[in-house]
Amino acid sequence: MSELEKKTENGSVGAAEDGASGEQKAGGDSGVGMGVLFFIAAFAVCFLSGWLLFPSLLYSKKEQPFNFNHALHVAETGGCDSCHFFREDGSFAGIPKNSSCVECHESQLGETEDEAIFMTEYVEKGVEVPWLIYSEQPDCVFFSHAAHVVGAKMDCVSCHGHIGESETLKPYQENRITGYSRDIWGENIWGIKKNSWDRMKMDDCAECHQEETGSKGACFQCHK
Amino acid sequence: MTQDNHGKAHKFGMVIDLDKCTGCGSCMVACMSENNVPFKEDETNKKDSLTWMTVFKLSNEKNFPETDICYMPRPCMHCGGKGDHGHSPCVSVCPATATDYGYDTGIVSQIYTRCFGCRYCMGACPYHARYFNWWDPKWPDGMEEYLSPDVSPRMRGVVEKCSFCYHRYQEARDRAYYEERRDTIEEGEYQTACTQACPAGAITFGDLHNPEHEVYKLVKPDPHQCGKPRNPKAFRLLERLQTNPKVYYISEREWVRKAGDNYRKGEWGQQKKSDGDKGHK
Repeated sequence: MSELEKKTENGSVGAAEDGASGEQKAGGDSGVGMGVLFFIAAFAVCFLSGWLLFPSLLYSKKEQPFNFNHALHVAETGGCDSCHFFREDGSFAGIPKNSSCVECHESQLGETEDEAIFMTEYVEKGVEVPWLIYSEQPDCVFFSHAAHVVGAKMDCVSCHGHIGESETLKPYQENRITGYSRDIWGENIWGIKKNSWDRMKMDDCAECHQEETGSKGACFQCHK
Repeated sequence: MTQDNHGKAHKFGMVIDLDKCTGCGSCMVACMSENNVPFKEDETNKKDSLTWMTVFKLSNEKNFPETDICYMPRPCMHCGGKGDHGHSPCVSVCPATATDYGYDTGIVSQIYTRCFGCRYCMGACPYHARYFNWWDPKWPDGMEEYLSPDVSPRMRGVVEKCSFCYHRYQEARDRAYYEERRDTIEEGEYQTACTQACPAGAITFGDLHNPEHEVYKLVKPDPHQCGKPRNPKAFRLLERLQTNPKVYYISEREWVRKAGDNYRKGEWGQQKKSDGDKGHK
């Protein structure tokens, strides 16, 4: 501040030329110019650091226990619902347990290192794989897969994207403050959404419900 | 959602037969374990207890041999509000929209993540059905494993209350969707924990809009009087407040029915006489 003041005092008295700062009689052009420059530079530094650094500060990256090739499994089994199935009571099984995997993987089927890890570390030891769930919602959310998949005939891609075509699992990014997956807020730090599967916030649920059913619904429709 | 609670929507309600209730408290225990309701080691201070379902003891305050008592279980009444349009006392005062009225079910929700704990709703509720979490829940060692994953646990600083075991409705609907019969849920598929736990069979639960359901048959709610019971033995608590609760009580005993409201001297007989033609719109 003092530097700025000094500069405006020493500055030339030619402010009349400048239309934008016409009011300033004592203040000099160069002083104000420096101030503006300083502001822009500082703004840019803060802005860029916030934009580029903040996401990496906010999210911690975790690797999945081992890689899983969705594309290969979809080709072999024929679709999402062969592993991600409904139970008889209409609830959704979500990520399969070892017992469903073992239906095919009684012994090692391929030669990949990932499968070897799965067989030796988990199946043989009888330990469930601690998968990190990209789409895990908070405790207070009740999401009915049956209502969406069976009732509204939606496909998996509408919310989960093209994960079925992926050959590797991306790192799981956890919000250090809330503990939620980055897939909930979305990859874009501005919250800009291009596809229906880019974000999984309540607003996104409400937006689709408004369009499809004409109402966002009462709280208890999706909360518990 | 601005439609009212008439027409095709459900209107889930409860009927409690006070003559059957023995005051055993099974409903309270079932409710707490079903809904992850926290408790403390020392529960002597009842002002701090969280009891979504409470059993009150009523007495006719007469000497032997006329002395008589009655136990009255009290869940959330899920009021329809004046005119049964969903303006429940708690819903209309909540500044955070943390509680709302489900027009499709008639159930008053409570969203813990949205509540910021002003406790205005507790002041508004004439039935003291709402409870405030003064502390974070603390479970005895190992008990966390027994919590229900279907009900979200609450934290310090929020209000909670009976939800008519809404998660059971969600599950019943899940099954209905899966079996492709959408919203047609059988009476037995959605029952609250207290209803099933009552050893005396005093609690009945069902859809008050469905004449097939037991609750409807028991109280015969009058659709032109916001569901006021047409069964003369049935009553709702504090009927004159026009909160239109969805919990009905039944008793053969007149003093019990009289205890359901604050009648002024000499008013009880008149009230009964004018019941037939008095309607509140």
